[in-house]
Amino acid sequence: MENVQQHDKKLHDSAHAQDALGKNLLEVKDLQVSFFTPAGEVKAVGGISYNLKYGEVMGIVGESGSGKSVEAYSIIGLLQSPGKVIGGSITFEGEDVLAKSKEEMIAFRGSKVAMIFQNPMTCLNPVYTIGNQLIEALKAHDKEVSKEEAAKRAMEMLELVGINNVEKRMKQYPHELSGGMRQRVMIAMGLICHPQLLIADEPTTALDVTIQAQILELMKQIQKKTHMGIIFITHNLGVVAEICDKVSVMYAGKMVEQGPVDDIFYQPSHPYTEGLLRSMPRVDAESYERLIPIEGTPVDMLNPPEGCPFAPRCEKAMKICLQKMPPYVEVGEGHRSACWLRVQEQLNKKKEAGGHE
Amino acid sequence: MSENKNDILVQVDHLKKYFPVKGLKGPGVQAVEDVSLFIRRGETLGLVGESGCGKTTLGRTILQLHNPTSGKIVYDGETIFEGEDPWQADGEGRMVHVKVPKPQQVNMLPYRRKMQIIFQDPSASLDPRMTVGEIIGEALDIHKLWTSKAERTERIKELLGHVGLNTEHANRYPHEFSGGQQQRVGIARALAVRPEFIVCDEPISALDVSIQSQVVNMLEDMQQEMGLTYLFIAHDLSVVRHISSRIGVMYLGTMVELAESYELNREPLHPYTKTLLSAVPVPDPEVSRSRQRIVLEGDIPSPMNPPTGCRFHTRCPYATEKCKQAVPEFKEYGPDHWAACHLLG
Repeated sequence: MENVQQHDKKLHDSAHAQDALGKNLLEVKDLQVSFFTPAGEVKAVGGISYNLKYGEVMGIVGESGSGKSVEAYSIIGLLQSPGKVIGGSITFEGEDVLAKSKEEMIAFRGSKVAMIFQNPMTCLNPVYTIGNQLIEALKAHDKEVSKEEAAKRAMEMLELVGINNVEKRMKQYPHELSGGMRQRVMIAMGLICHPQLLIADEPTTALDVTIQAQILELMKQIQKKTHMGIIFITHNLGVVAEICDKVSVMYAGKMVEQGPVDDIFYQPSHPYTEGLLRSMPRVDAESYERLIPIEGTPVDMLNPPEGCPFAPRCEKAMKICLQKMPPYVEVGEGHRSACWLRVQEQLNKKKEAGGHE
Repeated sequence: MSENKNDILVQVDHLKKYFPVKGLKGPGVQAVEDVSLFIRRGETLGLVGESGCGKTTLGRTILQLHNPTSGKIVYDGETIFEGEDPWQADGEGRMVHVKVPKPQQVNMLPYRRKMQIIFQDPSASLDPRMTVGEIIGEALDIHKLWTSKAERTERIKELLGHVGLNTEHANRYPHEFSGGQQQRVGIARALAVRPEFIVCDEPISALDVSIQSQVVNMLEDMQQEMGLTYLFIAHDLSVVRHISSRIGVMYLGTMVELAESYELNREPLHPYTKTLLSAVPVPDPEVSRSRQRIVLEGDIPSPMNPPTGCRFHTRCPYATEKCKQAVPEFKEYGPDHWAACHLLG
């Protein structure tokens, strides 16, 4: 127990704890990522911007293929050919991430930013023990640390993520653990170098609901202790409501709406967000209500439509929606939306205000 | 066929399905353990539970895609399987194989026309080398449901229209479709033989959120139009509750609770149902902040070596000595509300 407390303190220090709260940890500006395939260029991420503060949890929601994972991979420099960042900037603690050399990137990955993936089985090496892999992760960034010290820290980390019998677990192989346990090991491995930013790419999608609840509780606890920033990628709006402070909604590589979690759920201001919320049955519904689906199919990213990508499926689409991408409109504090309807509303408001003067 | 709407289409009594494990004595994986249920004509019975709890095995065993180990299955008044349990506990609680008479089974082919299944992963359940027209047509050929080629083509077109696809899609291959469209093909294939009963095995889990509701609505419409009866298997409780009239909750091969779907949500009786309900994330920030969550410790035990007594006792916060020893009886505690728990008295 004492170990765990000591460890908590270390984690606190590592994220500069309170004094850093409120400052920007990560700034992404107009990020553009394309995949150059034989069939043509796929604009997987088409100019998205956001800031993440220390201690903040941001959810990125969107359908498969909306570019949410690609966006995260480019922060941590894991984009693989034919994918390429073709524009924009990523600034982490004041440093330009895109300008880093290969070696710098290797040092940056793991120590400053860690990532946990959807399927822990494919991310853990099946032929090494859990302990071996945790120690390796630590030694990769801290060359000085002795083997005993590394093993001790690895065990502390496993305790922190709620794994019992740590000494036995250290000697076990990934296949001997259950899915939930493996995901805990992944989280422990991600946190072992005390990163300031954790990117979680659908960490609970492959898990059962009861195990998902365990992992979400764990991530909330760790987040409270460490004050690190978390980017939580998911398509489950329930999970977003549970864990996130703010939400970015992506559709076809564009960020269509962004705002505090309450605003997104109670005052959605983009038709896609509205549609998503309406199309889900609620677990606390008292009686039967027919679902209202979003008609149509997701965008073919090879031939995206002109203008707003959601326009072909949007029931409120206007002529201009099919021609030009709408600009962002501030609809509340820290809440912005890219929709021509909001632009129209704002113009009307201005007109009214002008008329009164 | 009786006109009574409330009559029972599928009845399952004490069904067991064990998968033998090579090199291991004993019953092996006890995937379905003593499950009894009935499905009314025209209703949707939902089945929920964690992965590995046997919900898919139960669905497939009812269709006899797996050979049941023992129990009884009655479809529309006719017994299609009946067998005695070959695994009996000896004096020390070990399971031993005893000689029992050969189970009674019927030729399933005529029943295959009445009972169909929609699979979870549409891309894995459609033959990649057959066109959509061939996939749907094959079902018609097997059951000889056409008299002329023209009628066959007509029926394929009709089915494609039914599930919201174009008639020219009949000449395309599965890989040319998106996941949602592939699932529609899977549904059209199941509907081709005009079945009465369909096991929907996680039909929407592999689909995107915005497509899920389209498919759910389509399944509901078809049920209305054709008077279908569904066994709807999924792990997403909110979707199951939306589509089902009653829900069965499974844990490690056993049915722990079965009730009308909104009743189950309001008044869950079994501790496991309560946990499951509280674990489902609600897409509403205020609700999820205010509600109390019961977090279960540990993982689901192995069905190869299930706990004695109530199978949930290793993780149940209220477990008593009795729970470790005796298997709780599956009893009716309210109108149409069944549960198996010692705590309920």
